[in-house]
Amino acid sequence: MSAVGDDHTGSLTMTAARRPSWRLDTIALIAGLGWIAVGVFTLQWPEEGDFARTPEFGNAAIGFGALLALLSVAAGWSPVIATRLKAVSRWLVVLAVWFGVWEAVTAKYALLPMPFFPPPQAILEVFLDDWRRLGESVWRSFALLGGGYLVGAAVGFITGVAIGWSRAVGYWVHPLLRFVGPLPATAWLPLAFFLFPSSWSASTFLIALATGFPVTVLTWSGIAGVSKAYYDVARTLGASERFLILKVAIPAAMPHVFVGLFMGLGGSFAVLVVAEMLGVKAGLGWYLQWAQGWASYANMYAALAVMALSCSGLITLLFKLRDRLLSWQRGLVQW
Amino acid sequence: MVASARVRDAGGSAGSTLDVRHVSHAFALEGAPLPVLEDVSFTVEPGQFVALLGPSGCGKSTLLRLVAGLEPPSSGGLVTDGRPIAGPHPSRVVVFQDPTLFPWRTVRANVALGLEAQGLLKTQASRIGEALDLVGLSGFENAYPHQLSGGMAQRVALARALVNEPSLLILDEPLGKLDSLTRLAMQAELVQLWQRARFTALLVTHDVEEALILAERVIVFSERPARIKADIRFDRPYPRHRDDPALIQARREILALLGVPD
Repeated sequence: MSAVGDDHTGSLTMTAARRPSWRLDTIALIAGLGWIAVGVFTLQWPEEGDFARTPEFGNAAIGFGALLALLSVAAGWSPVIATRLKAVSRWLVVLAVWFGVWEAVTAKYALLPMPFFPPPQAILEVFLDDWRRLGESVWRSFALLGGGYLVGAAVGFITGVAIGWSRAVGYWVHPLLRFVGPLPATAWLPLAFFLFPSSWSASTFLIALATGFPVTVLTWSGIAGVSKAYYDVARTLGASERFLILKVAIPAAMPHVFVGLFMGLGGSFAVLVVAEMLGVKAGLGWYLQWAQGWASYANMYAALAVMALSCSGLITLLFKLRDRLLSWQRGLVQW
Repeated sequence: MVASARVRDAGGSAGSTLDVRHVSHAFALEGAPLPVLEDVSFTVEPGQFVALLGPSGCGKSTLLRLVAGLEPPSSGGLVTDGRPIAGPHPSRVVVFQDPTLFPWRTVRANVALGLEAQGLLKTQASRIGEALDLVGLSGFENAYPHQLSGGMAQRVALARALVNEPSLLILDEPLGKLDSLTRLAMQAELVQLWQRARFTALLVTHDVEEALILAERVIVFSERPARIKADIRFDRPYPRHRDDPALIQARREILALLGVPD
């Protein structure tokens, strides 16, 4: 019985050892062929309309597909490429199908009403021809958001620590926070544009407000939730009040603070776009509004894509910062 | 486990005296005072190892908080080396039942806490390595608390206390949550650390055997509000053994005092 079992395991190991180590990533190859098909379809099929950048899009799709096909073969030798490719290959198949269908229902058969649903090459056209204005808008949005967010986060953090630590501060600030905090920052918009000397300072204030509220509340709850035992330990070791705040309360509250910073960032995006649409004459929100005025829907989709990338990038940045600072925590959510 | 390292270079007697004079203490529980200590008086000589024994929840730990200076007593006074205890001081360090290491600090940074708080980190940093050596944790400097076992974490807490070279070490059931094997090992280590450094030690425990393995003197408390029921000297040489007839005899007497049949 046992001898048979041993023999069986032995033969299994042998087969595993004989199997060649080189393996093609089939799904990635399918994705590559799919992208080549999208490119050929774009280049060869007659179009219902006149699109300037059809060749660029078609060639880019073929190039990308060829690269994928090459990588799917290279994955057989390089474990690094294999694991990276495996992580995204199924998504790349779905995206190839998505772009193929998109190309078909817009440029090729015009099944969707034209100005509202531009084909991929029309959006590529925006990136290729209007990148200067788009880039300027991204930069202006970042500058406005960055200023407001940093001010709001800093003020919120300090306020939160002060309320959490001092009863006197809590007595005066807590009611204000309860009354004013839940009000959406955008509700202040008409008043802010009237009260502040410039639309830029008004928007900075609003973004800071939207960021500051969640950061304050979560910093406060973080400070309030610090175990008394930590203070006892630090006090018996000779810690001053200053040490208790800076080296005990704040580090212990940091996980909460980051939840506040994350929520504040989401809120600040919303305020930024609204402020740019209604008052500030620059930025991605303004670009959206401007594109709508000219009924250039391709520009709007392009701006939305850039906006999604930027917001996602900023959130990623925040999570990276958190992972660095809070590496001592277990079970962090991976963004 | 205990490496040979210097704990104290200053000569003379390392331990401090402790005078507990007619201390009573009460908590305010929903407005009504809840008395936990009633007229407790005793004197601890320099370098003595004293165990405070009593039923759980009787107020022993409260007494330790008063000695540490974390709270003032409702009445009575506590005096160490002739000076009244008015607040916490790094010469009187507490090791709690939970290691309460700061999870955001590495082992090394946790041990450095006292020196950092007192502004001694730059000049006295070498003491950190010595303290870690003393509890057998060299090589774990850069570990984070969540990577340590319960016994290791409590050793770090011990190193964090010892690095301050306390003259009075306050031990609040420090081995209470450890598994029995680690517990036995750490009892032996505590005795060696104490013999080496000669601090005065005040240990709260509800384990009679542990008290008799470690302490030269056992003060037995009544149920809440705690009063001193007996003050027993136990002069046996170290290291002590659990099967020493004198220890077994003393254990039986103390258990009888506590109203537990042996």
